[in-house]
Amino acid sequence: MSLLDYFRSSKSKTASIAKERLQILVAHERYYRNKPSYLPQLQEELLEVIRKYVNVDQDAISVKFEQDENQETLELNIVLPESQNNKSPLEI
Amino acid sequence: MARIIVVTSGKGGVGKTTTSAAIAMGLAKRGHKTAVIDFDVGLRNLDLIMGCERRVVYDFINVINGEANLNQALIRDKNCNLLYILPASQTRDKDALSIEGVGKVLEELAKDFQYIVCDSPAGIEKGAYLAMYYADDAFVVTNPEVSSVRDSDRMLGILASKSRRAELGMEPIKEFLLLTRYDPNRVESGEMLSLEDVQEILSLHLLGIIPESKSVLTASNAGVPVILDEKSDAGMAYADVVARYLGEKRPHRFIESKKGFLRKLFGGK
Ligand SMILES: Nc1ncnc2c1ncn2[C@@H]1O[C@H](COP(=O)(O)OP(=O)(O)OP(=O)(O)O)[C@@H](O)[C@H]1O
Ligand SMILES: [Mg+2]
Repeated sequence: MSLLDYFRSSKSKTASIAKERLQILVAHERYYRNKPSYLPQLQEELLEVIRKYVNVDQDAISVKFEQDENQETLELNIVLPESQNNKSPLEI
Repeated sequence: MARIIVVTSGKGGVGKTTTSAAIAMGLAKRGHKTAVIDFDVGLRNLDLIMGCERRVVYDFINVINGEANLNQALIRDKNCNLLYILPASQTRDKDALSIEGVGKVLEELAKDFQYIVCDSPAGIEKGAYLAMYYADDAFVVTNPEVSSVRDSDRMLGILASKSRRAELGMEPIKEFLLLTRYDPNRVESGEMLSLEDVQEILSLHLLGIIPESKSVLTASNAGVPVILDEKSDAGMAYADVVARYLGEKRPHRFIESKKGFLRKLFGGK
């Protein structure tokens, strides 16, 4: 390690943290862009309903919205917990 | 046919007005009749940066409302007779701008000008929306900083879905990146996002990097676009931007610090 590197590494290298945070955030925001604004709330409420019956995690449910020229589709995917007999995902 | 350029960013204070003044002057200096419009209704600043604040009589809103015609409102620049400024109104609120009104003014300008530069206000509200709506090209001004990059990305989403070109299903707005207030020393010490970092997220066509420079303040103090300070780093960087926009190939400068340059010279890492 050169002397220069030593001085450089003693400074805080926060730029790489910034980049990582941005990558995650921007990917998230792009995903929800031009999609119905009710999606996050729909996901929340569905989760609530499902939790009345099965104890699933926050990220066990995903709502996918797809759009092509002639139709819009909403795909719902719920992964049930391991302890359940049924290990395969439940598709609606 | 006129080409309409919007200078936009989402985030405030990143250098849109500085950029609008510089590139409008640069285009005019290269022989293209150019108009630059201040869309920041209520907070006009372009007149100050261009040094014509004492010559403002009528403004953009007066023209939209038919209280003055374009020729009465346009101010010819004191340094270049191919450059005209259309100031924003200082008193009225943003609701005075309408999509039809803006469209009519741009249409009339397009008959007589080659380039129309729209200096967008910050935010994603009406003023910013109308500034980008009719654009053919967008200069996305971004600082190497998290909130600016995020806002630029949001603005790209708006350009792609809410503009006239998007609504009519025409060829999309051409988007260009201008990375401004770049400090190579801080990038090299890992404190500031680098050009590569920003491009990994935005991946836009890079028009230029404008270094953080004292000459920008000096120029705004004097009311002269920084591009006319031909010996300054920022002035040269903006001249490169205009040349690249007009199709010239020029290598990017001001990416590396002087220290970094020496380090390379002496074989350090
Ligand atoms: N390359 C630069 N180097 C140093 N200072 C700069 C540079 N670019 C802009 N500035 C300074 O940053 C400040 C904001 O610049 P400017 O007014 O152009 O931003 P803006 O994006 O138009 O702001 P707003 O969103 O309020 O309209 C000014 O004080 C300006 O002098
Ligand atoms: Mg401004």
